[in-house]
Amino acid sequence: MTSDALGIMINDSFEWVAGMELTGAEITVRCLVDEGVELVFGYPGGAVLNIYDEIFKQKGFKHILVRHEQAAVHAADGYARSTGKVGVALVTSGPGLTNAVTGIATAYMDSIPLVVISGQVPTGAIGMDAFQEVDSVGITRPCVKHNFLVKDVRELATTIKKAFHIASTGRPGPVLVDIPKDVTAHKTAYVYPESVVMRSYNAVVKGHSGQIKKAAQMLLEARRPMIYSGGGVVLGNAAKQLTELVRLLGYPCTNTLMGLGAYPATDPQFVGMLGMHGTYEANMAMHNCDVLLAVGARFDDRVIGMPAQFARDSRRIIHIDIDPSTIAKRVKVDVPIVGDVGAVLDELIKLVRASRERMDEPALAEWWKQINEWRARDCLNYDRASEIIKPQYVIEKLWEVTNGDAWVTTDVGQHQMWAAQFYKFDQPRRWITSGGLGTMGFGLPAAMGVQLAHPEATVACITGESSIQMCIQELSTCLQYRTPVKVINLNNRYMGMVRQWQEFFYGNRYAESYMDSLPDFVRLAEAYGHVGMRIEKPADVEPALREAFALKDRLVFMDFITDQSENVFPMVPNGADISEMILAEEL
Amino acid sequence: MRHIISLLMENEAGALSRVAGLFSARGYNIESLTVAPTEDITLSRMTIVTRGSEEVIEQIVKQLNKLIDVVKILDLSDGSHIERELMLVKVRAFGKDREEMKRMADIFRGRIIDVTEKTYTIELTGPGTKLDAFIEAIDPVAILETVRTGASGIGRGERILKI
Repeated sequence: MTSDALGIMINDSFEWVAGMELTGAEITVRCLVDEGVELVFGYPGGAVLNIYDEIFKQKGFKHILVRHEQAAVHAADGYARSTGKVGVALVTSGPGLTNAVTGIATAYMDSIPLVVISGQVPTGAIGMDAFQEVDSVGITRPCVKHNFLVKDVRELATTIKKAFHIASTGRPGPVLVDIPKDVTAHKTAYVYPESVVMRSYNAVVKGHSGQIKKAAQMLLEARRPMIYSGGGVVLGNAAKQLTELVRLLGYPCTNTLMGLGAYPATDPQFVGMLGMHGTYEANMAMHNCDVLLAVGARFDDRVIGMPAQFARDSRRIIHIDIDPSTIAKRVKVDVPIVGDVGAVLDELIKLVRASRERMDEPALAEWWKQINEWRARDCLNYDRASEIIKPQYVIEKLWEVTNGDAWVTTDVGQHQMWAAQFYKFDQPRRWITSGGLGTMGFGLPAAMGVQLAHPEATVACITGESSIQMCIQELSTCLQYRTPVKVINLNNRYMGMVRQWQEFFYGNRYAESYMDSLPDFVRLAEAYGHVGMRIEKPADVEPALREAFALKDRLVFMDFITDQSENVFPMVPNGADISEMILAEEL
Repeated sequence: MRHIISLLMENEAGALSRVAGLFSARGYNIESLTVAPTEDITLSRMTIVTRGSEEVIEQIVKQLNKLIDVVKILDLSDGSHIERELMLVKVRAFGKDREEMKRMADIFRGRIIDVTEKTYTIELTGPGTKLDAFIEAIDPVAILETVRTGASGIGRGERILKI
């Protein structure tokens, strides 16, 4: 026996022989090792004790003990988003699983590949309302790509292989494997399949060539083109191809919240994020374009508002997505292309290069002139002379201090939108946010996952005083595993986005959105063994950030006391057309 | 529009609830759903009768296809097809009604499969509209109990749903 850096005793002599009879618990652990898993985020409990006992005996992967199962899934999610690999979480039955559901649903909405392993009561006790029993497969069914209940140890290894296969191929998503406790004790010969073939599941890769030809033609005929890309480009590792195509064509490009970083934000052809809090120029270009290329995006309600409104403008739409059900779900499209975005973009680039037709240069120049006029409105302007710290200012300085090179996670609300607007992401997978589900509490555990995946990286968690409290217990995990995340807490004493809606649409009646009795975050951070800072003046923002980021090996909790009345602009009111934005200057 | 969708799915525990859950989660209509294993016991065949605009039906088919357990789908309404439903009706049958009930069953090509002094149980097969017509045709007071299977469908001629 030896002990590793964390003081965990390891049995070096433990070895497996292929085909040897192993228990379900040994098989579970062995499968994860054979799958190449590096990190497992989890929390033990009765139903998974056999599995934990095997984890104790192995050193193929590292287990990260979180303080709440929700955080285990968010951390695995942060790991997955930042690496492109499958994130793995392990939880016990009953409350372990129900706590994990928020994390699973978060990953499902953003199509993040996860394998979540949950313990279950023994097969004989299922349905008996046993201690810590819930119908895990039933509870998670609507928020997983697929789930399994393994009732026979002989099916365990194949099921785990299938779970990884399903999670990581096609449109990715979380997969749950629920394992009853007796199955973890039963023995069978262990063989990890190298691959699995499922007659009912075949992910499409190549797009239809005829459709791609039509798309190339349509793009070259455009007079007011627009390229709109989403999270699918990040997930499909197709940022390179997207950037190449956009530059080749010279067309404007916008990214959705999920797609930030897929096209470099500092590039002049980037018109900013679009949607409810998108830039004036991005939304106006969406509204006025004649040909729209949508890549790995899903026209969701926070992006285009009401489909009926959006459809009133005549534009031809090309839609590339790996999931056929995303196409024609909310808007009708002229050229649907189902396939892997990277493979389709490769073909599209080839066709555009080879085509004898060229873009209509005068029309394009006219279009850019129009876009630049919209840009001149400077819709993200804010009061830079303010004596109270403006949240936007903090993000701008954060971008400067980190040279635009940090990995940024967020929680949900105003701070998330400001982060999206003001931190200019030039690379994919650097921006880690809960877009679809909008899960408060996501930021800190996700940042842990990112930091553990990239130990040398600069990781910032941009959050607010309300969100951070939803998973603040993870400060303890951060200490245990030495994850030097920098927490940027934009503290305006309000659930800012709720307050903003109440100001705009509920006659300034701030029902329950004020955060009273806040903890002293500096002392709280210190109590958890970290460094705490409170920053109250604009002049202190930059020096404090420099000081914090210089502390390479420490978690620093930076509590920025920001302007309570600041709102996120532009804003498209719910249900309005995306061209109908409320701008800061209009108020 | 009414659509009748046939699908083959893995005969696994929970497969049915994935389909039923999809319809309720996404707010799709479901008029009837029948399911049973096929000649290959690893596969179940399901027939779903639903209603919706063309866009909704397109989404239903795509969403069903996305379910991992679903192997193959065919919208039977896209071409010519046959659909049949089975109904068992228990009716009051005594006095002068007894003869009348027998006659009605004969007209609709139903079979009386259980008889007591006061009741008949009639088995009736056909498209749903025929079963509706039978219910319409007999005295509602005479109906003691009905049970219907929901529609099963199959394509005509060479239209085959098989893997």
